[in-house]
Amino acid sequence: MSAAPNLQPRRRRTQPLRRDLALIAEMIPPGIRVLDIGCGDGALLEHLVHELGVDGRGIELSQAGVNACVGHGLSVIQGDADTDLKDYPSGAFDVAVLSQTLQATRAPRAVLEQLVRIGRRAIVSFPNFGHWRVRWRLLFDGRMPTTQVLPAHWYDTPNIHLCTILDFEDMAAELGITIERALVLDSSGRAKALNSMRLANWFGEQCIVLLRRD
Amino acid sequence: MHGLVYAATLPGHRVEFGREQALTLDSGAELGPFTIAYQTYGKLDAERANAVLVCHALTGDQFVAETHPITGKPGWWETMVGPGKPIDTNRYFVICVNVLGACMGSTGPREINPATGKPYGLSFPLITVADMVRAQKLLIDHLGIEKLFCVLGGSMGGMQVLQWASAYPERVFAAVPIATGARHSAQNIAFHEVGRQAIMADPDWCHGDYLTQGRTPKRGLAVARMAAHITYLSESALHQKFGRNLQDRTRFTYGFEADFQVESYLRYQGSSFVERFDANSYLYLTRAMDYFDLVAEHGGVLTNAFRDTPVRFCLVSFTSDWLFPTSESRAIVHSLNAAAANVSFVEIESDKGHDAFLLDEPEFAKTLSGFLAGSAAHRGLK
Repeated sequence: MSAAPNLQPRRRRTQPLRRDLALIAEMIPPGIRVLDIGCGDGALLEHLVHELGVDGRGIELSQAGVNACVGHGLSVIQGDADTDLKDYPSGAFDVAVLSQTLQATRAPRAVLEQLVRIGRRAIVSFPNFGHWRVRWRLLFDGRMPTTQVLPAHWYDTPNIHLCTILDFEDMAAELGITIERALVLDSSGRAKALNSMRLANWFGEQCIVLLRRD
Repeated sequence: MHGLVYAATLPGHRVEFGREQALTLDSGAELGPFTIAYQTYGKLDAERANAVLVCHALTGDQFVAETHPITGKPGWWETMVGPGKPIDTNRYFVICVNVLGACMGSTGPREINPATGKPYGLSFPLITVADMVRAQKLLIDHLGIEKLFCVLGGSMGGMQVLQWASAYPERVFAAVPIATGARHSAQNIAFHEVGRQAIMADPDWCHGDYLTQGRTPKRGLAVARMAAHITYLSESALHQKFGRNLQDRTRFTYGFEADFQVESYLRYQGSSFVERFDANSYLYLTRAMDYFDLVAEHGGVLTNAFRDTPVRFCLVSFTSDWLFPTSESRAIVHSLNAAAANVSFVEIESDKGHDAFLLDEPEFAKTLSGFLAGSAAHRGLK
């Protein structure tokens, strides 16, 4: 009678999973142990637990998000990616997920190192500040770009460490982290595997990478 | 019986243990025979898999979800336990045990020592939280329950939950420690000491021998309760409830009557408490909480208490609780993370202080029902 995940959740989300989350879910094999850092309202986690029988845990900064998750039977704690990852033992999870959160951390480099330490693999998604619309806005409007993926103004954005795909690639290399897979989402939400990082850096609005420490 | 009811006249179940083999307590003392009084709600299913153990706090008892036999007030957790409530008695078999050392039917200093035919008084051995849990485990064995679906409780009840999870992880599927800590803080010990000194300073306490002398240390126990009650509330709760409002008067009396509503309220809390609680029990149970230190017991590393634990945890704290502040729960969460345990942690926004866990807090109720439903699905409960 142990954790056989024949779960009959009391309430299921009816909305489809956000596109980038669905792509992350596709990278995760069933039944493994996953930590979702910055799990928000638990949409991805709920999908992983209920559809894929994943042993899923979450960390979320906002108390409202945590309460919503736990209220739906998900194992989530209130915590901060910047400070609370160090507690976990190395290799505690098969996969550590950080979706659309890296750019909002105080020390993204340290967070990334923690991620590949506690997870045997890590999946990170982030908005690409090198996308042509961003460059266009800055070049021709002369103003801090706001886009669909980055809707906040400069004064109220939580994103304090934005980067481009090439920037991310550089940092991963410096940290000895291998990018096993990379996908970009263009502005219409289509996913493409990367052939050229330079092209991806122009046309990918968001980037999803599967990482492993060498 | 000095306002107290003979245990035998109380409703609910009672079982005797320790007649053949006495229970060895943490102090080294042997206790036996002794009685455990408990109450149940709902039905145990055929697989004996739906049992929920609710652990009561310092001055609570086994009457969780029914009118209290002495005070006539609603059960102390009727907001949470009952048909259709978060701890749904239509679905779960709820057990609540009066802890060892308490005064509502389980053996404690008020009960008769079979060896002497007189109340134990201070000859009753010191009880620890681990001892309480040992006694509860005897009862769970007696009921033929191999694995509790969930153990939950707040404050001293939360300490019992942590003790259950660390001592008997194979007997617990899910654990919900609420508004509690892995060890009693210096400040909390200090408040308890004030209460104990108030009791012991009362001439009617008679060095703990008041029952045989036909007296009751009412004033001391009332003061202990008043001091403790302040710690259960919060500054803002007291301010909102009473402010500086005067009690049935428009001006100061320039004396020491209960001029302020808050004084009158505390005096009422004190005087009603002595009608239902035994002063010596208060000494013993506060001591048990003071001694609780799961960290020291595990070599100074709380994670060691939970290595490879299969238990699913859900910790809950309340923003205005200064007796067991959120930092205490967070420390437990960090230790559980380090043990890679399955843990949820929710801090509930409330201005009600430590007492919030006993009150109607919708967000808290939602947390509990969500966690229990999720755990029930994993456990395969119908």
